[in-house]
Amino acid sequence: MTCTEFLAKMTDFFDGHVEPTLLSEIKTHLGECHHCEVVVSTTRQTIEIYRDNEVYELPTNVRERTISSIMARCKEGC
Amino acid sequence: MTVTAPQIEEQEIHPDVALVELARAGDQAAFEKLVRQYDRQIFRTAQHITQNREDAEDITQDVFLKAYRKLDQFQGNSKFSTWLTRIAVNESLMRLRKRKTSRTVSMDQDVQTEEGSIPRDFADWSPNPEQNFTQSELSEILKKTIAGLAPGFRTVFTLRDIENLSTEETAEALGLSVPAVKSRLLRARLQLRERLSRYLKKNEGLTS
Repeated sequence: MTCTEFLAKMTDFFDGHVEPTLLSEIKTHLGECHHCEVVVSTTRQTIEIYRDNEVYELPTNVRERTISSIMARCKEGC
Repeated sequence: MTVTAPQIEEQEIHPDVALVELARAGDQAAFEKLVRQYDRQIFRTAQHITQNREDAEDITQDVFLKAYRKLDQFQGNSKFSTWLTRIAVNESLMRLRKRKTSRTVSMDQDVQTEEGSIPRDFADWSPNPEQNFTQSELSEILKKTIAGLAPGFRTVFTLRDIENLSTEETAEALGLSVPAVKSRLLRARLQLRERLSRYLKKNEGLTS
């Protein structure tokens, strides 16, 4: 397996959607290719960092104001 | 020809579907429950696409008002949250178009570029690289980095990786094919990784 072939399968690999034979080829490639191994680990970290750190939060006061406004307009028939 | 007996539908009804039914019948408390369940997700999605806080707040309101008016059109074939997300994406793209009158804004904008589709930085990161920054520094880095992606990439990343929609749900919400979502997701992840690497790779702190 080449690096390009691995990259083409990386999304399925992350999602656990690869056949056992292909999975075995991928694991062999990652064991031999330090660059792809780094790409996998740092891409995983990228996803985790964004998941763990909510970048955009809706402040409670804005949230309550927005919900009140939505419900008031719904009561009027929008 | 084999004739199969009609299958008896015994699928469990999703709680959202029950709330939608009540809301359709005029139960506003049921609709408020749906609003409270998804308003933060809709706000985050809108802000990721528009990159503008005021627009995201307006869009959050508009999405639920539109959903309320169109509750009869919700067929229950998809999740209610996916249906809402699709409205949010459309409203957000419309808002972007209004702001950038000289440019066409769509899910296809800039996605043809090859930029970032091939990894170039192979430096490893520290085990917990985010610990090298304060929460506000890290938040700024994450905002700046994702804002640099084309809308078509950052939207797919937001729905799939931040909001945890499945690939199929993301495709449905964006009106894209599953292969298109997978392709954009790969490139979005690689571009973010490449850009974050400047800050998070081993033995390097915040660089200009």
